[in-house]
Amino acid sequence: MEAKTLFDKIWDRHVVENIEGGPDILYIDRHYIHEVTSPQAFTGLENRKVPLLHPEKTVATADHNIPTKGQHLPIQEVLSRQQVKTLTENCEKHGVDLYGLNHPYNGIVHVIGTELGLSQPGMTIVCGDSHTSTHGAFGTIAFGIGTSEVEMVFASQCVLQPKPRKMRITIDGELQKGVTSKDIILYVISQISASGATGYFVEFAGEAIRNLSMEARMTICNMSIEMGARGGMIAPDEVTFDYLRNREFSPKGKDWEKAVEQWKQLKTDEEAVFDKELTFSANDIQPMITYGTNPGMGIAVQGKIPALNSVPKQNQASFQKSLQYMNFKPDTSLVGHRVDYVFLGSCTNGRIEDLRAFASLVKGKKKASTVTAWIVPGSQQVAKQAKAEGLDQILEEAGFELREPGCSACLAMNDDKIPEGKYAVSTSNRNFEGRQGPGARTLLASPLTAAAAAIAGKITNPVDFL
Amino acid sequence: MSLPKFNILESSCVPLPVENVDTDQIIPARFLKATSREGFGENLFRDWRYNKDQSPNKEFVLNSPVYRGSILVAGKNFGSGSSREHAAWALFDYGFRAVVSSFFADIFKNNALNNGLLPVQVSEAFLEKILNAVQADPDVQVRVDLPQQQIILLPTNEWESFEISSYKKSCLLNGFDDIDFLLSKKEKIKAYELKSELLYGT
Ligand code: SF4
Repeated sequence: MEAKTLFDKIWDRHVVENIEGGPDILYIDRHYIHEVTSPQAFTGLENRKVPLLHPEKTVATADHNIPTKGQHLPIQEVLSRQQVKTLTENCEKHGVDLYGLNHPYNGIVHVIGTELGLSQPGMTIVCGDSHTSTHGAFGTIAFGIGTSEVEMVFASQCVLQPKPRKMRITIDGELQKGVTSKDIILYVISQISASGATGYFVEFAGEAIRNLSMEARMTICNMSIEMGARGGMIAPDEVTFDYLRNREFSPKGKDWEKAVEQWKQLKTDEEAVFDKELTFSANDIQPMITYGTNPGMGIAVQGKIPALNSVPKQNQASFQKSLQYMNFKPDTSLVGHRVDYVFLGSCTNGRIEDLRAFASLVKGKKKASTVTAWIVPGSQQVAKQAKAEGLDQILEEAGFELREPGCSACLAMNDDKIPEGKYAVSTSNRNFEGRQGPGARTLLASPLTAAAAAIAGKITNPVDFL
Repeated sequence: MSLPKFNILESSCVPLPVENVDTDQIIPARFLKATSREGFGENLFRDWRYNKDQSPNKEFVLNSPVYRGSILVAGKNFGSGSSREHAAWALFDYGFRAVVSSFFADIFKNNALNNGLLPVQVSEAFLEKILNAVQADPDVQVRVDLPQQQIILLPTNEWESFEISSYKKSCLLNGFDDIDFLLSKKEKIKAYELKSELLYGT
């Protein structure tokens, strides 16, 4: 038999038909929706007078617009309330399961899908949200789609997709102390740029990846979109199976045994060929932080912003525009620079492990009085777990408060906005201009680096605290 | 339902020589609260287009009195970031019918094509040529010829061909949309479901 990559195995199995000179009709096993990118798709479907083909394969949550305080109260902001209400009505009308506000399963779409065991190896998964790539950590083909495509899935359980090219990124060796999966992915993006994997689907492999927990793997796949990749994936293994065992929607009993048997086949054959292969050494990676306005503009916390003449000529204008927005100078270090806000949360780093990491560093210390910190769990279940482990206590003693779950300051659609000109060290995934609020200046980093910044009130190497 | 048709477009251009224009810039998140598809053009490039006091930013090209047209010419890696289709809706609603860049983000490209907005990927050299020509003379006309898959800088007749799948091309030329196409494949999809249930029990 022809040697195949993990990606090919899953993709080929889901092709309903290959259109001559065009994309494939790809069957979708799991569809997630949220309030922002679904309303127009429901309207479109209704205008066509077409029913939702498989409502049971779609799962909905409200996450982007919701407040992270006072969730038991009606949403104050009219448009947000309206959008969440529209989602609720649409789900009722079309028979879609909704884990809305105050539901014990509510949370950020990419946090709940995985923690509920809804995302399983070998599946094709889509959502009207670019960070759907997160689910690839379970050995799935998972990617973000637009609203027209959401409507396609509603109508036909399929999307039309050209088959992307395949890339493998191998991270060899072991990580140093204080270096996390967030640093791996920020490092990789800084090396290959924010468009370095456009057109590709990326499989992450190698010792450093195998040694990661599921939460940490999700952080990596989550940000694969930030290097332009269509998605990222990691072959399932015992770590994956252990994570999925006994989850709410995981197969049970005999079905579980059968499923694991199948999941074990999901790996890239040794002879399989990728269109592109990149290898990095884990040992070269240090705690990372971004200094610019795209996720490719990252450096080691201890490093320096590049000098202007080290930037290729055609990129210099964009580089300068970016630094001007951030009010940073080329060829300088960020260590010691003031930090006004710290945001721990998002589908990148809002999971229980991230809260544990943050709490472990701030334990017994005090938050700098000049820093405003927002600690936002990714889901109700994460919040519950954090409380069960006493993390809320540790955080409180250090001057932090646990908020209620949601996307929050990751995209600032709710009230959690970083004010203009302020510096925020954020564990989220995008440092675009205005992403965290008009004029906000975002520095992306790991939960450990964010915790160190919150304690010191300035940018600091987290390793000094460990 | 139908897609707006696209055949041959001749227009002057609006130059935006910035790289990595992400969809958060094209349409910031705070304007995504609408539940319909209309009206996003008003907030296209909102934070670049307006000053803090909401007066138009004179430096920004959409407010320039000289640059007009339905072709946006932008730097490399256009449409990166968020999958929000609102970005394509905003560009179309504002009046753009084609975007020219040397590189497009994947999701944006799909979203644009699904809304009758043609992404035209050209070489870096050709992109520079267009930008230079437009900056020298804002009235310079460019022809985007979908049937021939060519983009032509009219004053000098310099041209380059661009790629598009033959399926998408015929959708745009005829105004067919993907959902009608998929609905016509119902039987095939049903057969696929039966087969995969047998094979994988899912
Ligand atoms: S946390 Fe941020 S990136 Fe993740 S789904 Fe929400 S808005 Fe998108």
